[in-house]
Amino acid sequence: MLTKRIIPCLDVKDGRVVKGVQFLGLRDAGDPVELSTFYDQEGADELVFLDISASHEGRKTMIDVVEEVAGTLAIPFTVGGGINALEDMRAILRAGADKVSLNTAAVKRPELITEGADYFGSQCIVVAIDAKYDESLGSWRVYTHGGRNSTALEVKAWAREVVERGAGEILLTSMDQDGAKTGFDLALTEAVNEVVSVPVIASGGAGAGEHFPPVFQQSNADAALAASIFHYKETSVAEVKKLLDEQGVVVR
Amino acid sequence: MIGIIDYGMGNLHSVSKAMERLGLSYFISPYVEELKEADGLILPGVGSFKDAMNILEADGLAPFIREWSQADRPLLGICLGMQLLFEESEENGTTQGLNLLPGRVRRFRGVTEAGEAYKVPHMGWNLLTFWQPEHTLLQNTAPGHVYFVHSFVVEVKSRDILIATCTYDVEVPAVVGQNATMGTQFHPEKSSQLGMAMLENFGNFVAQEVKARG
Repeated sequence: MLTKRIIPCLDVKDGRVVKGVQFLGLRDAGDPVELSTFYDQEGADELVFLDISASHEGRKTMIDVVEEVAGTLAIPFTVGGGINALEDMRAILRAGADKVSLNTAAVKRPELITEGADYFGSQCIVVAIDAKYDESLGSWRVYTHGGRNSTALEVKAWAREVVERGAGEILLTSMDQDGAKTGFDLALTEAVNEVVSVPVIASGGAGAGEHFPPVFQQSNADAALAASIFHYKETSVAEVKKLLDEQGVVVR
Repeated sequence: MIGIIDYGMGNLHSVSKAMERLGLSYFISPYVEELKEADGLILPGVGSFKDAMNILEADGLAPFIREWSQADRPLLGICLGMQLLFEESEENGTTQGLNLLPGRVRRFRGVTEAGEAYKVPHMGWNLLTFWQPEHTLLQNTAPGHVYFVHSFVVEVKSRDILIATCTYDVEVPAVVGQNATMGTQFHPEKSSQLGMAMLENFGNFVAQEVKARG
């Protein structure tokens, strides 16, 4: 049986993992390679690296990071952030990433999803959707630029479109829940899961290990992603998996 | 020395990095003349069966791989590379494969017999059942989870070639093999310790064959 995946997300800026990774016992808490090895050993099923570099140099450095991580990590990993063109995808995949994640660029030019899927295969094209509930719309609206800009797109319709265009997976972040630490957005995850035929990764809102079982049991997500809860050691991947196993959710 | 066949359709980087981690010597080449000098071959692959076969035929790699396998020399296909070892695929019409193992490749139906929809691709970690635990690739391993990403699945014509399987609606051939030709549907280089152990076993098998050949 296919297991549910737990995915730690690392923010990388100019080649360094940032945003308060507080690990004892690591020589260098900002080193992407050391951290990926750590999470691999803890039982992470996959990793996501989000490049938040603002400069061209920072982006170039990311390629070196990808290469180095690919050289040590024996689990799949996705790279997102600032991918605007087929060339960017090629560079990252060639450096050894398994998947690329598209967000703002896909909204700006949806053809990019199709081009990427045709060229590299759907299995390595993830589309990240940042969603926020909109009362007037009676549904969720798609946001871009790290959640700063709203768009006219409705989330379920956009999710359907990205899959039709060849996305192999959806990374769905609830902006309503993100940072709130009160649990994943089950309604959003279920709503999107119902309209697409590809795996959905739920993201945003994990504040405790107890928040993981419901996202699999109630909204049937395929994977759950979290950042700070793991970085700050509020719980660990191993603890989350133990909890899931106890509650009958099949994990590795 | 293991030769990794570069025909433009594989994530060669992840396979070659895995070789480095295991301390196995390898080279990457698109040329028959160079690959011929290898002691064992790896056929990686991601993407479409039809495109892959077209390239392998056009570059003269297909007849070379067939001869290699028929001469009983070590060959490991990974993911699409494993599917290519079979007779044919239904992807984009029917495409002939390398025809080294009995079976055909078809798409996951996406709907169970009971009419329930399930997701395609089969993506993620799935648990292996070992049918031939004594097989070369499974030496010193125990059944565990490995990482799959694929939309097409092999229907074998003989259970004799099933070394390990998993279940995703249907029985998924996960490790297959006959003589020195073998393949994994999952990505061993992305399957943590268990996958790395299988790659290491292939490396050991190649080394033994070198010794046996003198």
